[in-house]
Amino acid sequence: MQSIFKIRKSPAKKVEIFDNYYITPNMTFGIPNFVGDLVREYSPLPELALAVNVVLAVIGVLAVGIGSAPILIYMERKVCAHVQCRLGPMRLGWHGVLQTVADVTKLLFKEVYSPKGVDTVIYYLAPMISLTAPFFTLALIPFGAQWQVINLNFAVPAIIAINGLGLFAILLGGWASNNKYSLLSALRGSAQMISYEVSLALIMLFVVMISGSASLNDIIAAQSGTVLDWWIFKLPVLGFVAFVVFMCVSTAELNRAPFDIAESEQELTAGFHTEYTGTAFAMFYLTEYINIIGASALGSIFFLGGFQAPLIGIPIVDEKLLLIPDLVWMFAKIYFLIWLYMMFRWTWLRPRVDQLMSFEWKFLLPSNLILLGLGAFFIAMGWVL
Amino acid sequence: MTVSKYFHAVVTGPISLLKGMSVTLKYFLNPKRIVTEQYPENKATLKMHERFRGRVELIHDENGLHTCTACGMCEKSCPNASINVLSTKNLAGKKILGKYLYRMDSCTQCGLCIESCPFGCLRMAHDFEMASTDRKSFNMVLNKTEGQG
Repeated sequence: MQSIFKIRKSPAKKVEIFDNYYITPNMTFGIPNFVGDLVREYSPLPELALAVNVVLAVIGVLAVGIGSAPILIYMERKVCAHVQCRLGPMRLGWHGVLQTVADVTKLLFKEVYSPKGVDTVIYYLAPMISLTAPFFTLALIPFGAQWQVINLNFAVPAIIAINGLGLFAILLGGWASNNKYSLLSALRGSAQMISYEVSLALIMLFVVMISGSASLNDIIAAQSGTVLDWWIFKLPVLGFVAFVVFMCVSTAELNRAPFDIAESEQELTAGFHTEYTGTAFAMFYLTEYINIIGASALGSIFFLGGFQAPLIGIPIVDEKLLLIPDLVWMFAKIYFLIWLYMMFRWTWLRPRVDQLMSFEWKFLLPSNLILLGLGAFFIAMGWVL
Repeated sequence: MTVSKYFHAVVTGPISLLKGMSVTLKYFLNPKRIVTEQYPENKATLKMHERFRGRVELIHDENGLHTCTACGMCEKSCPNASINVLSTKNLAGKKILGKYLYRMDSCTQCGLCIESCPFGCLRMAHDFEMASTDRKSFNMVLNKTEGQG
């Protein structure tokens, strides 16, 4: 048990300014905290600290996941409104900030019922699976140098595996609903997710290849330095292309518009979660938003330097930027990418199913393979900023 | 799909996506561009636009006179039978308008009565807060100027 939670030593390449970011190897858990230290020092059972830390980790992940969802719902409604020349929620509280609280409360008090003829076990299992999967991803993500639950050496393959779990939710939810449109949506959605997983894995492989590690902390450490050391700029042109492809593929993985084939409101009402009400529906809804946080956190780790401050190389400015905690930088980057996802959603149109498939297999997959080859070539030739 | 078409789409696709993005970004960055009415707050300044269809109204000039001749074209054209034009005769024995009955609760604001009127004496009023708790208040006599609506 203990060995899983051991933090890896920081990689050999270090910039002096970042020394304080690295976790000392004799720490047993990613979240050094006041409560755990107190238990370790004063309680008769120092081993209890591990249990306390596990509880704290669970609370932390839940806080990031469930705490962000109302903020994101509010943000989505506001972004959508302003894109469409509206104001959005304005009545409840200052600029409608309490609107999501009211909506969530309403959703939680609704009756949970199922239509006739559903496969009851699978029907109620699907939202649970769908809500479980994104929390796994959140546990792997370093939100700051000291704000991570587990630092896995194989975090990137683990995230690819976890993404596959989200597919079950769509498939089972649509299958068990006893509704032909839900079934259609489930089949479409799973076909889409399986196809785009190939590209997602390839683009992650690209990042792993250029950083030389599959651990998220090492990927961030490989980008330490100024803004120009982030992978989006460090590999000239290729980095930006890879970032664009990543945004594209992760939007498809998230099942968000313009790739919301599974949900497609105009054709299939709500797709696989048409028949769900109340809490079960809320769980699907929550999943969508926690998945967005996970995807944009990955995007910021892979291309925007993760929790590192955007240093510009001028010492006076950099000192000021380093005063801001890394957690704030991480969340600033996450929310910037979330804003991008929302702008995509409310700007672009949904392609047809066949267009979606040909986009993946005829464009993204070959371009990903070319990107991978070019990236290897650039690294081998040393064409790195 | 031919090869040239494929590469054409690869080049033109992102350009058109960026064009769309620039439009929404412009809207997003200018919050003052909103086109929706903030209804209860702007009640004092709210002015209905020209083509708004409220209830049907008989046009009265400054002397309180209308040009209706009780020809009954509006009554015939009304698909819901919301209009009844009851005519009388004046002292000279000429047919004039007695009562213009209009039932707003069955009116769909289709505007056919206004289109069919040969003298142009009907129009759509611009008042829109017409909710009422009394059903009788929807039965109006349009050529009476007071106590309507």
